[in-house]
Amino acid sequence: MNTTLIIAGQEIRDGFRNRWIIALTLVLAGFALSLTLLGSAPGGSVGASPLLVTVVSLSSLTIFLLPLIGLMLSYDAVVGEVERGTMLLLLSYPVARWQVMAGKFLGHMAILAFATIIGYGTAGCVAAFSGEGVDSKAWMAFVTMTGSSIILGSAFLAIGYLISTCVRERATAGGIAIGVWLFFVLIYDMALLGLLVAQGEAIGGGVFHALLLANPADAYRLFNLGGFENVAMLSGTIGMMADVKLPAWALGSVQISWVIVPLVIAGLLFKNKEI
Amino acid sequence: MTMATLQFEGAGKTYDGKTALDDVTLDVDEGSVVALVGHNGAGKTTMMKLLLGLIRPNSGQVKVLGIDPAGPDGADAKRSLGFLPETVAFQQAMTGLEVLNFYARLKHADLSRNPELLERVGLADAAKRRVKTYSKGMRQRLGLAQALLGSPKVMLLDEPTSGLDPALRREFYDNLSTLKQDGTTILLSSHALTELESRIDKVAIMSNGKLMASGTLNELRSEAQIPVRIRLHTQDGVASEIANRLGGADISRVNGRIIEFACSQEDKMILVRQVSELGVAIEDMEIELPTLDQLYSHYRSEGGVQ
Repeated sequence: MNTTLIIAGQEIRDGFRNRWIIALTLVLAGFALSLTLLGSAPGGSVGASPLLVTVVSLSSLTIFLLPLIGLMLSYDAVVGEVERGTMLLLLSYPVARWQVMAGKFLGHMAILAFATIIGYGTAGCVAAFSGEGVDSKAWMAFVTMTGSSIILGSAFLAIGYLISTCVRERATAGGIAIGVWLFFVLIYDMALLGLLVAQGEAIGGGVFHALLLANPADAYRLFNLGGFENVAMLSGTIGMMADVKLPAWALGSVQISWVIVPLVIAGLLFKNKEI
Repeated sequence: MTMATLQFEGAGKTYDGKTALDDVTLDVDEGSVVALVGHNGAGKTTMMKLLLGLIRPNSGQVKVLGIDPAGPDGADAKRSLGFLPETVAFQQAMTGLEVLNFYARLKHADLSRNPELLERVGLADAAKRRVKTYSKGMRQRLGLAQALLGSPKVMLLDEPTSGLDPALRREFYDNLSTLKQDGTTILLSSHALTELESRIDKVAIMSNGKLMASGTLNELRSEAQIPVRIRLHTQDGVASEIANRLGGADISRVNGRIIEFACSQEDKMILVRQVSELGVAIEDMEIELPTLDQLYSHYRSEGGVQ
């Protein structure tokens, strides 16, 4: 069996053993279900598809929760194993360092994907069966949202790996991870808003777009809340989307590069790291 | 020309400007058991890490079976290598057998032999228990089991007996003898000097990152010029008379029945012959060769370490 897959398999098995997977799935399903059930009340009165309402509310949930989960899963992936001494043993085996990193990442990504698909899937099914107006377009929006949520989580997994490779102590990695989460999820948008208010005229549209794309959470928001016409209408972002004319493929590729770039940098740093 | 299994050629390593290993040249031949001894921070673990390709030397080179372990073919070298780290750690939530199966897959070793391997290290009963519940000694034995996966040609054992009780140590040394008989090349580092003496072919004494001496114990004994101590038990009353007849010996103690003296390694046989000519007057003789402990402190003080 391929070395990368062996390491990924071990990571998944460890996730099941440590009850990490169960806990994540329950947290995601719990939040998703409560949002769906609470959110369906107003949806009924305006006749909106309950599944589309779910897409909107779950998108907002994802922006907060999945980056956090991604970082929590990965911040000690490298530094933690180095500290515990398991990395020393693993690297004494005939494995390449990139295989270790790729294997662990794939394992973590599978854990994240499993928890998201089960958690959101449950909520999606509940929403679909509780109301009318569920068409293939709504399902499409739902599936796309779930998929891009996994990609958003993976981007933060990759950022977590980068943090974990750079630092010498586990506690430092944890601190930086929380800082990164606060920055991208909370502070960034506020700062951007502040900048627009203060310097709105001076900043060109191109710069504004670039700033939005520079944050994986913003790229996710634009991709999901603006990507489907009905969703955009429900989420109230239709006006914004008229302004921000970014094609779906651009947003999608930005999200994917947020997964690949930090991971590749982490891999290069790990290659030359002295254990 | 036969190539040494493990080679250090003028290998040096510095961490943030601090020298961990300084110009070490050492060969470990195929099938030999070599002990690295030295204080904490003497460079023993650095040498192990260099052999594993986990770090690269700043100067000189390191080869395992003729391959640079940190180079592109490093994985080939590692396939024939078994390593037991100083503090061995495993995924806590896995069972002993699962841990071993994972490492066996990485080494492309036969999984079906793992239960047998666990039995060999005395963990057959604990195979299905989680590593979390293992004692320190059990973890160490699981560590040895993983190092034995795939019957490696070379074993690197970093402080293999630290934290083991006397019974487990004996068990470990039994395992070591078996490996030696199978022709495995073994490099081990240890603090337990007295235990090692009878079990190793060569010793390499490290101090402050420098290799102070290396060779067989006898080579080091003659080189170090540490005197051999001999104690004679004589018949009543003749001790002082005999003491006068032993020329060339540095006599340190004489009482009614006992003579103690020291001599150099080279003079030892001459004196033994002299003593044997004394016939029945000598009832018993004890020869105390310099121990590894004494050799170690000799070379260590030579290196300026107090």
